[in-house]
Formats: sequence, C-alpha cells, structure tokens
Amino acid sequence: MSEHSTEPTTMIHLDKVGKVYPGSKIPAVEELTLDVPRGEILVLVGPSGCGKSTTLRLINRMIEPSSGRIMLDGKDVTKVNPDHLRRQIGYVIQQIGLFPHQTISQNIATVPKMLGWDKQRIHERTESLLATVGLDPDQYRDRYPKELSGGQAQRVGVARALGADPDIMLMDEPFGAIDPITRDRLQNEFLRLQAELHKTIVFVTHDIDEAIKMGDRIAILGERSKIMQVDTPERILAYPVDDFVNDFIGTGSTIKGLNFLDVRSLKLTEYPTMVVGDSVESAEAKLREASSEWLVLLDEQRRPLRWLKTEDLRSGSGRYDDKGGEVVEVLHQDDSLFQALEHMVQNVSGSSVVVDANGAFQGVVQMAALSSAIRKAQREAQRHYEEMEDLA
Amino acid sequence: MEALTNWFTYVKDNFEFILEDTLDHAQMVLIVIALATVWSVLLGVLIHSRPIARSIVLSITGLFLTIPSLALFALFIPLVGVGNPPAMLAMFLYAQLPILRNMVTGLDAVSPAVVESAKGMGLNSRQQLFKVRLPLAYPIVMTGIRVSTLLTTGIAAIAILVGGDGLGSFLQAGLTRLGLPNSENSVWVGVVFTVLLGLVLDLVLATFQRLTTARGLRI
Repeated sequence: MSEHSTEPTTMIHLDKVGKVYPGSKIPAVEELTLDVPRGEILVLVGPSGCGKSTTLRLINRMIEPSSGRIMLDGKDVTKVNPDHLRRQIGYVIQQIGLFPHQTISQNIATVPKMLGWDKQRIHERTESLLATVGLDPDQYRDRYPKELSGGQAQRVGVARALGADPDIMLMDEPFGAIDPITRDRLQNEFLRLQAELHKTIVFVTHDIDEAIKMGDRIAILGERSKIMQVDTPERILAYPVDDFVNDFIGTGSTIKGLNFLDVRSLKLTEYPTMVVGDSVESAEAKLREASSEWLVLLDEQRRPLRWLKTEDLRSGSGRYDDKGGEVVEVLHQDDSLFQALEHMVQNVSGSSVVVDANGAFQGVVQMAALSSAIRKAQREAQRHYEEMEDLA
Repeated sequence: MEALTNWFTYVKDNFEFILEDTLDHAQMVLIVIALATVWSVLLGVLIHSRPIARSIVLSITGLFLTIPSLALFALFIPLVGVGNPPAMLAMFLYAQLPILRNMVTGLDAVSPAVVESAKGMGLNSRQQLFKVRLPLAYPIVMTGIRVSTLLTTGIAAIAILVGGDGLGSFLQAGLTRLGLPNSENSVWVGVVFTVLLGLVLDLVLATFQRLTTARGLRI
C-alpha cells in the first residue's frame, strides 16, 4: 500500500467493461467492474482461457473494449488516442519482446525518447533504471538482448516498462518463462522495488502461489473473466467463497494461509524451563506442575539451548550436552506461523521456541495454537463476508 | 595455355570496349535493382498483412520467373520500343520476386512479442513499421536484393538481342561468327566479365549489409 498518499484513491476503475469479438456471440469478457487503488498490486489469476490476459489488455486498450468505460486516475480514457495512453502505462509481457536490434540502453529509452525527453535526461534515466533492476550499467548498457539470460532480459523488460516512470504497470505473466530459482529472486526483487515505487500494478498469472506472493489483493477469475472472489490473499485462503475458488487455490491453502499470520498474533504457551545449573529437583517439579513431557534448557542469558525430558534430567550430572534434543531454530515476533509450523516439525518436542530481540526465551508455539489461529482467521474472514452481504 | 594468353591479349586489346560494356551492364542492373527494391519493399509492406492480396501478388511475381527471358524481353518491344527499356522492364519483373518474397518473409519473421511490446509502449503503426519491423526485416530483405542482383546480372546479357547495351554484345558478336578468329575469345569475355560483375556487385552489397546491420542482429 502506498504510504505517501493520504487517502486511498482509485487509480484504475473498470466500469462494466466487456469484450465481444466480431462473429462471436459469447463475450470473451463479460461486464467486468473492478477497482484498483493507487499503489496496490492486484493479481488476476484464473485457469487458462478464462480471459485474464484479455482483461489486462483491455486496460491499455491493446484490445479495444466493446462496451463499458475505463477510468485511469479519475480520467475516462475509453476514447483517447490509444498510443498516447500506452505511453503512460508500463507494459511487461512474458515473452519480454526486447528490440533485438537495439542496445539495452536504447531499449529502456524507448518511451522517454517518444515523449521527447532530452538526451541528458534519458541517459540519466536509463543508467539509474539499470541499477534499479540490479544490472551494472557499465557492464550492460551497450549489450544487445541476445547477449542476456532470460532473467536478465526480464529485468530489462521491467526497466523498459518503468522507462518514463508510469503510475500504472500492467504485467502479463512476467516471470512465467523463467526458471523457478531465478523467478523467486525476481519476484522478491520486484516486491522490494514496489515498496519504494508504489506503482499501481495489475499482474496476471495462472500460478496461485505467485498470486499469493505478489498480490496485495487477488481477483480469482472464472470463465469470461467473471470475478469469483476478489480479496486479500489471507482472506481468500481463509475463506474461499465457493467450490470454484476452493478448487483453484487447491490443497494446502490453509497452510499457505499461515504465511499471513505472525507469531505476534498468538498468545504464547507457558512452558517449563530450567537455566543451566538449576537443580534437577526444581526442574522435575516444574515438569510435574505443567504436566509437560519436555522442558527447555536455557543458558545464563535465558537463551534456549536444548529440549529435555524427565529421564534426561536424572541421567545427567549437571551436563546435558548430549541429552534430549537441540533447539533447532527459534522464532521471533515478526516471523510467520508458517515458519512456526516448520520449526515444530523440526524440533523433537513438536513445539517451536519464541525468543525476544536479545534471543531470550519468551515461550513456545504449539500445534493447538496454530489451529486456533487458523480458525480465528477463518471466522474473521467469514464474518467479513457476512457483513458485506448484510450491507448488500 | 596458348589459348589463355591469346584471350588475355584479346582482353587487353579490347579493354576499353569491355570496360564500357561492363559499366553499361552494371548501370542497367543497378537501376533495375534500385527500382525493384523500392517497389517490392512498398508492395511487401502493403500485402504483408492482407492474406488474399499477398498470395495473389506472390503467385503473379512467381509466374514472371517462368516466362523464358528472351520472350519476356521481346514482349515489351511493342510497348516501349527497342533498346534498354524493354530489357530493363523485363529485368525489373524478374528482380521483384526474390526481394518481395524476402520482404514478406522478413516481416513474418519479426517476433510477435516484439511487435506486441512495441505497440504496448505506445509506438503507433508507422513507428512500429519504421523503428521495429523494417529494421528487423532488413537483413532478410538485403539477402533478397543480393539474389536479385545476381539474377539480373545474368539476365542482362540478353538485352543485346532487343537492342540494349551490356556485356551481351560480346556474346552476340562471338556467337554469330563462331569459328572465325577471336569469336571464342569474345564469348569468353561476355561470360567471364558478367560473372565477375556479379561477384563484385554481390561483394559490395554483402559488405554494405554487414556494415548496416545492427550488431544485435548479426549472426
């Protein structure tokens, strides 16, 4: 979300936009109404052939809508010169489409040049954009597209789309043809970039995981681009409105939803602990009192060391280096519950340890807490939808 | 060996005429190629995205190549008289096909993604053509121009039969008095210098193509 704009304004507003191809009775896109607030990434996701790309291309009128209105930043652009319109909108496609006969700098300078920027300004812009997308200008400015890898080419594709600093970016499966590792890196870099640039972005993908990762909001589209559900990823994962959405987000959606909840939102479970040097008797008493199988051994600074059981306490002679199990990883307040789940699986006790900023023990997260957090999120999402229905 | 020395002597003795005919020959070829290039590029752009016109035009230009050149040369005499004009008109018709076909192929070969991204950035149709599609088709068109140049260089040798200029004069002079002194030398001058001219023109065009093709498009 944009931090510098005082109130959220609608940047892209589609008003009953439809597309019927000549000679076809069935519309490709049926009366679509959609708002994208300034600074938001809206992801259009849906099965192939649902018209999500068509919908995207209606916004910059690569495909002329047959009905409805397109409002960008409050202006009706349904009838303006489409070429002028497109110069104001960044456009990134999966196949990238860099101009093979031009250098990387020339490619990035395409729109600024058309807009009549002076040479110096164009030069400064292309240099800074190359740096922005993580390509060293000295090394890349004079290269040709064929001398780039797929990942590098798409970085240039993004830089070129950002050329004249458009407010709006349209991205059609931009990372779809890139290997998974590079894709993950490009996604992360792009999100970091977006945190600075606050562009208003419509992003098309068929990959629900990419949608969940990239989207401030996700619109799940069915046939003819009918919006089945549009909401934040966490609410869609917590409360898919119907079978179509449920099927589309697939199995494991609840676990994916854990990504959006953090440790801070949980009440930590009290857990027996002992500090190195404490007596075995006092530790045993704590275990009995809490009727717990495990306790956490802490060092003098209360940093967690090991998981210990009653028998580990008895057998040791004040040293527990090889007893019980190591505390493999620790959670911080801003870690996600997905990480908490992962640590649970890794730790011998089936719980995960939370520490404060100094690394001192704060409590543990147990499975029951996760499942109640999920149920709480689901209840909240459901209540949200019920309220919306009541309003309607 | 003696025949070869003999031939070189003949070439030396007649060098002034040979040079003149070679230059005439080259001039005809270059004018025809220049006109055919302009015409074919324009026609190619026009028919490229019109499937019906495209197949009709390509079939007709292909048809020209099947008409025997001598007949085609003679066909134009009633229209434009004798001399270079009927010859050049016929050469023009032959020169069209390779350039036109390569023009269309070159435009076809432009990646749809490149055109899509050009359009998406707001290049209008004219800018798409001049800044993207033509520059990308250029190397392929250039290849067509080179083929046409070789083709018309050979065909131009027949121009003499309809009263035109060029190295055909040595062929005709030799062939009409075959067996007489120097007749074979004359024929060989016609053949060798036509081939040499073709090679030189191709070399010049190849160098030009190399120098004018963007580094990103070179293979």
